Amino acid sequence: MQQDAAALVVLSRVEKRFGDTVVLRDISFSVARGKTVCIIGPSGSGKSTLLRCVNALVPVSSGSIEIDGIEVNDPALDKIALRRKVGMVFQQYNLFPHRTALQNVMMAPIHVLKQDRREVEEKARRLLAKVGLAEKERAYPGELSGGQQQRVAIARSLAMNPLVMLFDEVTAALDPETKKEVLVTIRELAEDGMTCMIVTHEMGFAREVADHVYFTEKGVIVEHGPPRELLAHPREERTRAFLNQVL
Amino acid sequence: MTPLPVLLPGKPALAGSAREGWREFFSGGVLVAVLAALAISILAGEARAQPGIGASPGVLAILLKWSPLIFQGFLFNLMVSVLSMLAGTALGLWLGLGRVSQFVALRRASGGVIQFFRNAPWLVLLFYCMFLLPFSITLPFATVPLPDAAKAVIGLSLPVMANVAEIVRGGVGSIPLEQWESGEALAFSRSQIMWMVILPQCLRRMIPPWMNLYAILTMSTTLISVVGIQDSMTLARAALVAEGRTELFIPMYLMLLSWFFLYCYPIARWTTVLERRFRVRV
Repeated sequence: MQQDAAALVVLSRVEKRFGDTVVLRDISFSVARGKTVCIIGPSGSGKSTLLRCVNALVPVSSGSIEIDGIEVNDPALDKIALRRKVGMVFQQYNLFPHRTALQNVMMAPIHVLKQDRREVEEKARRLLAKVGLAEKERAYPGELSGGQQQRVAIARSLAMNPLVMLFDEVTAALDPETKKEVLVTIRELAEDGMTCMIVTHEMGFAREVADHVYFTEKGVIVEHGPPRELLAHPREERTRAFLNQVL
Repeated sequence: MTPLPVLLPGKPALAGSAREGWREFFSGGVLVAVLAALAISILAGEARAQPGIGASPGVLAILLKWSPLIFQGFLFNLMVSVLSMLAGTALGLWLGLGRVSQFVALRRASGGVIQFFRNAPWLVLLFYCMFLLPFSITLPFATVPLPDAAKAVIGLSLPVMANVAEIVRGGVGSIPLEQWESGEALAFSRSQIMWMVILPQCLRRMIPPWMNLYAILTMSTTLISVVGIQDSMTLARAALVAEGRTELFIPMYLMLLSWFFLYCYPIARWTTVLERRFRVRV
């Protein structure tokens, strides 16, 4: 696998075990700055675990993950420093329900980055406008639809100025209509040059947005390549079987 | 995912249940029963007192004569309850946070302290505090006297502390783990997540059991009369001894009971209303 100089995220021989169960085996790839990779594969193939390893929500068992010079598999890892560089959006949005949309976006820059409140507020408004929710800044998460909550979650993550964004099946809990608004938001982000790692079941979306697609099954990368190639002409039988099932 | 109603600004529902709460409060037959029992006991006492010496004052008159003094004692009980609750809550919050700490040793130690003080009889704890704590504490810069009332407050705050810790533990545990994850992903530290994300969310859920605990504590403050502190119970007993009339026994204590009842019953009712309003739909 190519390890070009512009690589922002480099995984090499990553392995993750839960007890005796091997969830990830010998995962190696890199993501260049400004590029978007999609990770596809059947449920339980370790895709979400892989993302969680990248921002140290889950420790890896062996191997190395390097992000902008920070080694994640280091006992002395400064998790806070790592997570300032890595944004993450979850399947269940996980907004803070006791804070308004605007406050959700403002909290981390103020309390983690110690930025000036007024500047943060301005930036938060800009980000909410960017995800198309300028008029919802005073709404509480419970008053927003799933798609709106997810877009607030994206804005909240962007407010930290991350170098790379992780998306963990962010549309899996949404109905088809609201799905679209979230996917559009992510695509715009990728087009603006944000480095993205996206776990998704949306093959059409992967084809549109990804520079490179990885197909994983049972914790290993079975096949990878540019989306048009991999999705249209998979080489491996397992990839073909999976794509036949979902397409 | 269903939104949690707890988290919605529930103004309309709030007004509704408050009104409902008041209606329930007034329809509360227990309140009427307690006051009726007091009235009947006074009347019965008067009836028994009537035959014989005409010059002796009636039961009601005697109660009224003593009530200012006993009421002062009652206020003292309330003061003890408030101070114990404050101290117990402050200590219990930290103990509860220790109970959910990521450090195993701290978690175990806190758990042990909680179990011990939750399962020890309150009166035993009071006795220990009264007789084992020194009369004064010598600090490097001053000697602080430790009056009996302060010891009683300490004694009562210990079980309160353990129970508050348990309330905190339950509240923190009721918040889904995903909230922790999303806080961590935003580079918050563990303590930032606890204070800015988790505790504000469970605060409303912790209020009803906390108020319930306060009502129990208030009634339990009468235990301090057993260890020799002049509270309302002590004064009521002294009044009975001074008067030396058996027909006073029931109305005197019923008067005191009704004061505690009038103070605690609204708290209990309000707790029920809050519990219903904060009930979480998952």
